[in-house]
Amino acid sequence: MQQWIRGAVIAVSCTVTGAAWAQAGNDAIKKIEEYRQALAGGNPAELWEARGEDLWKKKAGPNNVSLETCDLGMGPGKVAGAYTALPKFFADTGRVMDLETRLVHCRMTIQGLSEADAKKRPFGNGTDRSDNEALVAFITSESKGIKMNVAMNHPKEREMFEMGKKMFFFRGGPHDFACATCHSETGKRIRLQDLPNLTETKDAQRAYTTWPAYRVSQGELRTFQWRLNDCFRQQRFPDLKFTSDASIAITMFLARNANGAEFNAPAIKR
Amino acid sequence: MKPLTRAILGASVSAILAGCATAMSEADIAKQAVQVLRASFNERGQAKLDRLNQDSPQAQCSRDDGKPLAAEAGAALEKAQFDLIKYPADGKLLGDWREGEKIAQTGVGKQFSDNPATPAGGNCYACHQIAPQEISYGTIGPSLLGFGKLRGNSEAIQKYTYGKVYNPQAYTACSNMPRFGHNGILTEKQMQDVTALLLDPNSPVNK
Repeated sequence: MQQWIRGAVIAVSCTVTGAAWAQAGNDAIKKIEEYRQALAGGNPAELWEARGEDLWKKKAGPNNVSLETCDLGMGPGKVAGAYTALPKFFADTGRVMDLETRLVHCRMTIQGLSEADAKKRPFGNGTDRSDNEALVAFITSESKGIKMNVAMNHPKEREMFEMGKKMFFFRGGPHDFACATCHSETGKRIRLQDLPNLTETKDAQRAYTTWPAYRVSQGELRTFQWRLNDCFRQQRFPDLKFTSDASIAITMFLARNANGAEFNAPAIKR
Repeated sequence: MKPLTRAILGASVSAILAGCATAMSEADIAKQAVQVLRASFNERGQAKLDRLNQDSPQAQCSRDDGKPLAAEAGAALEKAQFDLIKYPADGKLLGDWREGEKIAQTGVGKQFSDNPATPAGGNCYACHQIAPQEISYGTIGPSLLGFGKLRGNSEAIQKYTYGKVYNPQAYTACSNMPRFGHNGILTEKQMQDVTALLLDPNSPVNK
């Protein structure tokens, strides 16, 4: 089953890539859209979701307990709709946390993992699988069809949003790039890849509500922390620390801007 | 007003109305955002933490959520950047357009995942249409198809083109385009080759 899905994904991907080169850009984009739709019923992300659900329910760590009492913001153990309300302020830590930061917190406080162990291998590399990616796949899948509703009632939530906005426009590095360099105009692309305008509601909603995603080109399910890390790599910035405050601030800015849109991930992307 | 702008404005207004104790000024938020950024990265490979230290154009072009600079400030920035352009010592501005095409195609360079010993590319096609044969081009920058055909190949145009690659902000404050010469992304020879790609009458760009 798993092999079959992978094989099919690669075969369709190659066909689409081949076709793209033979046709004009718009055609290629249409084909990719058709390809996404063709795979919608058999997204390999489901494999990550299933593994994540097992990890969520399995007793593990020095304390040998499951994560089922973890409070993702809706109360202990409540998973449905949790992701669409994150990031948010958590009174027990006094911090604004995104899903991945909260998972680290739960694995440490509930299961007794060290910080190093809880943050170990946040992203898989094709051979070594990531528990974080699997847990995120499961938890986010439980928000499918629910509208984004990130609150900004707490001063710290507003502060994170405002900082995230500043970071979005922060230019630096040898190439002078900011997030805004590629993501503040509508209808632009890099090579043939469409770029969402993250300062425009519709694009911002569509972009945020389709992460995490199974990346065909990598054979891995990628989370929003991964998305930001890899954007900064291409921005020629240093390595964004997993669950750092900057990563939470930018997530807060982008998630809040997606409010009102129906969450539709784990998705599938090129 | 765009819905997002309205949402942001609305949020700011409600923050003020709520009169929250920790309400921070725009400048304070900006300052804190920079501090948080600095604490949020690890150096890796060739990407050291000093990449988060902004020079004057980077700092100016990050303000006001990407809005263009006021005319006077923009002109001053352009003048200051123009004065920093270094033209090749031998006066030669046109290299080999074939090499220029390779540089325009190459996207590696300066990322923490890149080998620092490998010369960086210009990745021009990421943002520009250039030679007509390449249909996989981006649209962040303008099309450069027929660049030399439209402008000719005079000394003045050669100087402008080399200068634009060296430091686009000498001509357009806060341009999205990297300052390839100023920031040491491309070598002098590479910039001569890219200039030739755009201006050489034999380059496919001008056919």
